[in-house]
Amino acid sequence: MRAYTPKDDVQAKAYYTDRFYVAPQVPKQDVSSDEVFATDLEAIKAKFEVLDAYIQVEQMVVIINAKDNYGVLELLRDELEYTQLSELSAIDWIAKSGEFEVFYQMLSMGKRKRVRIKCFVAKDEAINSVEKLFRSADWSEREMYDMFGLHVNNHPFLKRILMPYDWEGHPLLKTYPLEGDEFAAWYEVDKIYGKEARDIIGPEIRDTARVDRYDSERFARLGHEVPKGTKITGNEPKTPLAYQEEGGVFMIDRFDEEKSVIITDRDR
Amino acid sequence: MAQHKVNYTQNAGLPVALTTIDKVVNWGRSNSLWALTYGLACCGIEMMASGASRYDFDRYGTIFRASPRQADVMIVAGTLTKKHAEFIKRLYDQMTEPRWVISMGSCANTGGMFNTYATVQGADRIIPVDLYLPGCAPRPETLQYGVMLLQKKIRAEKAIKSQKAKRLM
Ligand code: SF4
Repeated sequence: MRAYTPKDDVQAKAYYTDRFYVAPQVPKQDVSSDEVFATDLEAIKAKFEVLDAYIQVEQMVVIINAKDNYGVLELLRDELEYTQLSELSAIDWIAKSGEFEVFYQMLSMGKRKRVRIKCFVAKDEAINSVEKLFRSADWSEREMYDMFGLHVNNHPFLKRILMPYDWEGHPLLKTYPLEGDEFAAWYEVDKIYGKEARDIIGPEIRDTARVDRYDSERFARLGHEVPKGTKITGNEPKTPLAYQEEGGVFMIDRFDEEKSVIITDRDR
Repeated sequence: MAQHKVNYTQNAGLPVALTTIDKVVNWGRSNSLWALTYGLACCGIEMMASGASRYDFDRYGTIFRASPRQADVMIVAGTLTKKHAEFIKRLYDQMTEPRWVISMGSCANTGGMFNTYATVQGADRIIPVDLYLPGCAPRPETLQYGVMLLQKKIRAEKAIKSQKAKRLM
């Protein structure tokens, strides 16, 4: 986890904690506690190097070398009955170790088991595509590339899938600001009207609590209302708040505690 | 005598009604506001509900059209993403003048809760907006009230003067 450094408190919260809080881990069990997983792990170990393996929430997690990913998945599919790749993506651990974690979530309908294969890829390295084994990996790998900038070798069509093709930056990286960088902030203006329109259209207003008492339409001039069309100088007298019922509205009376009666006897 | 014979004793003996060009043009414009089907996110569901039988938009003369070339008003119902921004501009440009835009819901008004890199912070950064409907999502009643306000606005316009085309810039 990256060391805490004081940042601008964007959320203005008193209970500000590190944004990249790491959740506590659920307990891990040894693979030998489950027969099916134990035999599966033996089969993987016979052919590939396994860095770590354990059972977490009834799923086996196997950590392998990144270069073995295609081989391990092929073994799982053809020999160990894990015929579905339900999910694959990456996690950004660049600040911690300069690596991405890539995970493949496998499902065996026959054995009714799930296995997660994990591997670590250094920041500037690429990983092999498993699209030839599982068609579902096609879009998942494109998404992984789109969101993390992690290149996938031998992919038939490695192009962005969610963000526009001409987008710059990879939004799921932890270094990417949530509200977007300079490129993202002006993306639509630059693309539609051109860079010279930036001055006319103006920057995005990102402050959701922004109240401008002197805005052009005077939406927010509570207590300082002026008739529409009046030139605003900023020295308008304050209009006291007045309630409708003070003028005496038909059938509405102001609540007066002195005149009210408290009923204690419910059966009256 | 024919059953549907014109009653020449009414309207000063003439089968005509007298009015101004403004009124008759605006009457036509404001009472057949055909809307572009433009549901972008959850607000689109409310927009569809307004068109369906319970709220029955047809009685205002508002019929949803699937083509910008047949639409008078664009109801931007939902989250406008940056990827989609160029298409909203293209659709807006394809609508024939006079055209109006209703921005429906917080997302289309200001970006709403999506204070993120991928959302346009208000549809009015791309196209000129006539009416903003608050809410997340605004109820169909709000949308119908909004359309009634737009009708009011249209009726107040001068129809014969060549209208200045609305431009964002
Ligand atoms: S304003 Fe609310 S309901 Fe409408 S699109 Fe945005 S999130 Fe959905």
